[in-house]
Amino acid sequence: MITNEYIPFSSRILDITKHTAIEYTFRMEYEGKVRPGQFFEVSIPKYGEAPISVSGIGQGYVELTIRRVGKVTEEIFEHYKGDSLLMRGPYGNGFNLDDYRGKELVIVAGGTGLSPVRGVIDYFATHPQEVKSLTVIAGFKTPGDILFFQDISRWKKTANVILTVDCGEADFECQIGLVTEYLPQLTFTDISNTAAIVVGPPPMMKFTCLGLLDISIPEENIWISQERKMCCGIGKCGHCKINDVYVCVDGPVFNYTKGKTLID
Amino acid sequence: MGYQFNTETFNKVLLKLQQEYRIFAPKRFVLEGAFSDTDSIRYDEVSSLEEMELKEKSSHSFKEALIPASETLFYFTEDYVREANPTSKSSILFLRSCDIHALKRLDEIYLHNGGEDYFYKRLRENLKIFLIGCPSSFQNCFCVDMESNVSTEYDAAINFHEDSLLVDCKNPDWIQIMEENALEKLSVEPEYVTQNQVHVTIPSDLSSSVAKSSLWKEYDSRCIACGRCNYSCPTCTCFTMQDIFYTDNGKAGERRRVQASCMVDGFTDVAGGGSYRKTYGERMRFKVLHKVLDYKERFGYHMCVGCGRCDDVCPEYISFSNAINKLDEMTKEVSEQ
Repeated sequence: MITNEYIPFSSRILDITKHTAIEYTFRMEYEGKVRPGQFFEVSIPKYGEAPISVSGIGQGYVELTIRRVGKVTEEIFEHYKGDSLLMRGPYGNGFNLDDYRGKELVIVAGGTGLSPVRGVIDYFATHPQEVKSLTVIAGFKTPGDILFFQDISRWKKTANVILTVDCGEADFECQIGLVTEYLPQLTFTDISNTAAIVVGPPPMMKFTCLGLLDISIPEENIWISQERKMCCGIGKCGHCKINDVYVCVDGPVFNYTKGKTLID
Repeated sequence: MGYQFNTETFNKVLLKLQQEYRIFAPKRFVLEGAFSDTDSIRYDEVSSLEEMELKEKSSHSFKEALIPASETLFYFTEDYVREANPTSKSSILFLRSCDIHALKRLDEIYLHNGGEDYFYKRLRENLKIFLIGCPSSFQNCFCVDMESNVSTEYDAAINFHEDSLLVDCKNPDWIQIMEENALEKLSVEPEYVTQNQVHVTIPSDLSSSVAKSSLWKEYDSRCIACGRCNYSCPTCTCFTMQDIFYTDNGKAGERRRVQASCMVDGFTDVAGGGSYRKTYGERMRFKVLHKVLDYKERFGYHMCVGCGRCDDVCPEYISFSNAINKLDEMTKEVSEQ
């Protein structure tokens, strides 16, 4: 008897962190193996399902950072602590931490792109001895859009963190400029032993990858994570297909050598 | 083993089979065609030979029998979810050779790509195949070039002619029913097409770089993104989830999956307003390359089976076989850039 992958399970909302007016992190009850970069199909009956990436993993829970942008997420925002959501997953490959161990690691995230890599950053920021170095460049539109501000402050203790906004006022916490502007100032002791992760909106990913190649980071050392419409999460519905890959089962994390060949 | 029947005796076979199976075959729906004054031929449950339309190609594929245009997955109330009931009866599908090849492609996605699909599998497990022999090619077919003109993957096959019905039966469970009703035992080979009017050539050096060709732009203005090509295609499997609730103030409803089309607006929309492939030319490129390049790179054989239904139904007279045949010119254009 095969399992019916489409039937969701009910998960209790344990806690909610409000980052901005439209971005909340929901801590959901969950027991089981999860990797950062994987995602769940989160649903509310009557409103539908949406793929949401895992932004945090802990004992007995996963965290999902949800942006109020669609009709499912609108409805999720109406549910609060004590209520529950329907979920199924986790799906996708997620980030493999072994790809980054012992490397000079650079993580560049744009906006909500910080969610899927937050687990990776958290791991290496709390286990700094497992990487040669860790640099995080996190960019947001305005200071009001900054996510995980407390985490970012904490990461600064063990990592080189550059927090930047496209526009707004610079202060000691945050600079003004696009994430790509900070790439030329990065220095490495051994360029072949680098690793880079890029997650964000499509134009940001494109130009950040080009910027990393410009500073001689080999393309096989770069990983990206793709966002696509997904109705099933298990390689059936076809919405996330690009070239010969299904983002939901082969991705969402791709090495740049594969990612650069994908034409939407 | 082969048998000869007439309409009356073959209907007796069908009647007997209906004790165990639901029978789905192409059926004519008068004046319901895609164009004015035309009939629609599509799959429906039948009980006798007279109800079937076996002389013409069906305008819709058989796939609705396995992946319904709209399929309820489960019912829900506020705090409880219940799976939709399966049908208990097995099914027999009357398919042409190209469609049997298309069934293999549905199986590839629904049973092998990223795990098994629960709803597809429970219908597929109980499915038997009756091959409809094709004595000659229909309009727009290019099954010979796509190598889908011959199939041996069937339980029984029928060569349908006005004066005689010849059946080849491979399924041992059906032999007795056949022998009890047949007029005569004889050797039967299913008829198949050896020559189409339409030919396609897929360039041997075809690669995704052909996406850069300017010739795709032709479809920006010709295509109207209606999605008929996808909905009629026997190998298109995409769907979208849809939640329905029964009354405005009610809390109960159901989740369905409905057939989706990569040519229609909204297919790639992500929350927040992003979307991919905004122009119709890009969508046409995506579809063509899926059928004759991407799928093969993933699974080792082409997705398109050459049934030509997309050409039959396109209201803008866009020809898929022509699109394939332009790939050579496109490849040359891109390599010269």
